Amino acid sequence: MRQASTQQQLTADSAAKTSQQIAAELFPIEANTECKPSTGLISTDRGRTIDFHNHLPTEEALWNLLDSVPDPEVPAVSVVDLGIVRSIEYTQSEAGQDDTGQEAPGYWQISITPTYSGCPATELIENEIRGALQRSGVKNYAIQQQLSPSWTTDWITDKGREQLRKFGIAPPAGDSRKPGIAADIECPRCGSNHHKKISEFGSTACKALYQCEDCQEPFDYFKCI
Amino acid sequence: MTINMDTQSNSQSEALYDYLLRLGDSPLILGQRLCEWCGHAPALEEEIAIMNIGLDLIGQCRNWLELAAKTADNGQDADKLAFTRDAHQYRNLLIVEQPNGNFADTMARQYFYDAWHLFTLEALCNSNNRDIAEIAAKAVKEVRYHLRRSREWIIRLGDGTELSQQRMQQAIDDIWMYTGEMFEMDDIEKTLVQEGCAADQQQIKQRWLDEVAETLATATINHPDPDAYMQQGGKQGVHTEGLGFILAEMQFLQRAYPNATW
Repeated sequence: MRQASTQQQLTADSAAKTSQQIAAELFPIEANTECKPSTGLISTDRGRTIDFHNHLPTEEALWNLLDSVPDPEVPAVSVVDLGIVRSIEYTQSEAGQDDTGQEAPGYWQISITPTYSGCPATELIENEIRGALQRSGVKNYAIQQQLSPSWTTDWITDKGREQLRKFGIAPPAGDSRKPGIAADIECPRCGSNHHKKISEFGSTACKALYQCEDCQEPFDYFKCI
Repeated sequence: MTINMDTQSNSQSEALYDYLLRLGDSPLILGQRLCEWCGHAPALEEEIAIMNIGLDLIGQCRNWLELAAKTADNGQDADKLAFTRDAHQYRNLLIVEQPNGNFADTMARQYFYDAWHLFTLEALCNSNNRDIAEIAAKAVKEVRYHLRRSREWIIRLGDGTELSQQRMQQAIDDIWMYTGEMFEMDDIEKTLVQEGCAADQQQIKQRWLDEVAETLATATINHPDPDAYMQQGGKQGVHTEGLGFILAEMQFLQRAYPNATW
């Protein structure tokens, strides 16, 4: 176990330099103070910031912790800001077991929901969350996948939308409950709303491909579903 | 007449199991078919779109097959159902196993299926089976985009150049005989519709016909004969030769190396 984690740390360290450099070049945005600390694009790069090895976390602290876990496909946004984490609550456990099968008086029940039925990152996100909890010393938790109510882009926070825009992805426009109404999509680079749709599907299932007719740049649009 | 194999399914849960396989197998086989375009699509954007749609479908299939496995409670899981059943145990619609053909063939197949798929999922959102309603509610948002895209392609190619119009007309005519099966309900479906858990295809049929008529008219495509002879049997496990070839490729790994994981 010890060996495995040392190796993981080494890999993370060497990856950190590259992804930090890339991040600095590609996205020269000011350090994000809310979603701390966003030095790396990969969660393991962010290091251990919150330590619960010796005390029980509060619910708020856990939300903050998970807010430091980036979405693997859109690493500019955390799994909390994307609305993937649905609930965190402490449950007095009758079974008296946590996720690892150890004795515990209770456990944190964390519910997450997949974005798209076929999103290949679903398992990865669960693992990233598990990793963040373990690195911070949270022991008693159980992660469950919940399908209903089905995920909607309406759950993406304002902070998440702003981060998407800075990342070069136009955030979802409009209301998912009114799919027929044409949404006002803005180019994430120049803010223009003159654009054409290149394809209904972009680099991932959740995005469509557009091109701005003012600055001519192609951009991904996070579809409103 | 429909071939009745449901004499075997004498209990409610067996009928439900069969119905869930029908719901899961069609997106699985169509997803697999779409993935054959990987590296061959006419444009990069189209390739990405086709792969994304395939991914959506396979994700939906997994939800249905997991529910089927849970219903049967016989030690199966979604992977075992996908990789270890033979062609006659598959319950997908015949339309989805038809070869990709050219891009017009693929889009004609996709459009007819997408329209049926969307209306069926919309109906299933009101199923009194909570699991079915939840899976449908998730899938319906994704399929709305699938239909929007395939409809646009029917119009663009139909109302396009002389060659694209001719290809699209041919594609529509060729795949038409596989559309009737979607609305055929055997005793399994009729029973489940009465119980309030399955989609009533009689109601969906008219919506589908209206949708198709409007799109084909916009695309300047001649509407095929609505009373033409229709193929059927997929829902009962009687398939065209295409399915065997799909399964041979899709199941190879699990057949050659049972229970292999990575």
